[in-house]
Amino acid sequence: MCGIVGLLVKNQKMRANIGELMLPMLIGMTERGPDSAGLAIFGAPVDNSERKFSLYCASPEFDWAKLSVDLNNGLKADAKVEVKVNHAVVTTNTSPESVKAWLKEHYPQVHLLSVGQLMDIYKDTGTPAQVASRYDFSKLSGSHLVGHTRMATESAITPSHAHPFTAGEDWCLVHNGSLSNAHSIRRKLEHEGISFETDNDTEAACRFLQWRMREGDDLKTALEHGFEELDGFYTLLMGTKDQLALVRDPFACKPAIVAEHDDYVAIASEFRSLAHLPDIKNAKVFEPAPKEMYVWKL
Amino acid sequence: MEAVTFDLEKTPLREVNQYLHSDAAELDGKTVTITNPGGTHNIAVGLKADVDVVIDGHAGYYAAGMNQVANVVIEGSAGTGVAENMMSGRVHVKGFASNAAGATAQGGLLVIDGDAGLRCGISMKGVDIVVGGSVGSFSAFMAQAGNLVILGDAGEALGDSLYEARIFVRGNIQSLGADCEVKPMDEEARQILVKLLKESGHADVDPDSFTLLGSARTLYNFHVDNAGAY
Repeated sequence: MCGIVGLLVKNQKMRANIGELMLPMLIGMTERGPDSAGLAIFGAPVDNSERKFSLYCASPEFDWAKLSVDLNNGLKADAKVEVKVNHAVVTTNTSPESVKAWLKEHYPQVHLLSVGQLMDIYKDTGTPAQVASRYDFSKLSGSHLVGHTRMATESAITPSHAHPFTAGEDWCLVHNGSLSNAHSIRRKLEHEGISFETDNDTEAACRFLQWRMREGDDLKTALEHGFEELDGFYTLLMGTKDQLALVRDPFACKPAIVAEHDDYVAIASEFRSLAHLPDIKNAKVFEPAPKEMYVWKL
Repeated sequence: MEAVTFDLEKTPLREVNQYLHSDAAELDGKTVTITNPGGTHNIAVGLKADVDVVIDGHAGYYAAGMNQVANVVIEGSAGTGVAENMMSGRVHVKGFASNAAGATAQGGLLVIDGDAGLRCGISMKGVDIVVGGSVGSFSAFMAQAGNLVILGDAGEALGDSLYEARIFVRGNIQSLGADCEVKPMDEEARQILVKLLKESGHADVDPDSFTLLGSARTLYNFHVDNAGAY
């Protein structure tokens, strides 16, 4: 199964409370995805010369302070590290390539979840309510977000297998469904020099789009190629620095519902997750059509 | 006429459905309003009494499924499988309906004022369905009996592997499914259409603006030339 949620807040005043608005949306999808949950939040951008790195380490005793010192010494950087339980957001003006290479060499047990100027990612195992409280989702502020609740059907239940997945800076994707040709897509992409972190089918879709965009496709063209290549069921919700985008497979096997309001655009697998939103009675509620691309800009 | 109201934010759904399953004699003639449905699944399923139910908002999956006799009105939209396997009675969705509306239903009338999603009336077995808007792809797939009236457009593969159900379409059809073909509108079909338009609040719509579709009956018995179509 799995549940997806997305929220783009148009009303500037409401952006400070985006986490609070979103929380019932994510928890509303618990029956669809009780084993893991994740969230990508697009907040205030860091300085133009800097990047944010969302990191995760499975060990609860992990010494983030030591990583911070080692990183600054090793790369002669002045990175700031903000720790939230077993996640940390590192902000630095050192190039993403050197940070990635340094982490891989010195801290292979640390997973790099995302790189960008606005986006932070949190994902972990547990019910949506547990994950949300562990990382204080209700206190998040920002302009838009993408969330996911997972019911694993094809690969293991681990934080790395949880969604969102990323493909490039400030770009993430969540998926409800299953792909039947994930392994062949993976073999094809590995020949193109694309590397994978998990055996999750969604990661194959994510890397496919990453590859297409690397080859010069814009998102729309990349998704058109996706319709030809991806075999299976999917509703995909994507977040970029200034937009949310949604597609459903040609058979609309997986659900999606949208509420467009003057103050916000909210997307979820089911209306259950939208029912609590302010003034929802006056929102335009509709089901996105299959095989069509929907984009909502900030 | 006695009126009863349940607020789904205060009363658990199971309690509401159990009330709706109490003795038919006790429920007869009552109007039960369900407020704050909030997309909850399985609202008012399996009703067997002559009761009016109003769902005041958006319903989740399988609303009014397996309905018999009762008259259920959904003021908002309905999720997947509204009125699935309905036997009799009437279900009226004032908004849109998601996929598989009226699936396998054997009788009664399902009225959808807005659009219906994919696979509307899939495997219908005697129900009448009137859709004010358009229907998605694969609607009336393997439909066996009953009537599907579509005031708007139809998606791909309409009436694929159709048996003896009738399909009336006013708008454009993206494509017909295997063994589904245009039929001349005979007087019997026209009378059925006029009656259904009247019962669904579309008495003003011209019945002559519809096309009638039915089964070409070439797939009823196996023939090796048709192997690709099965």
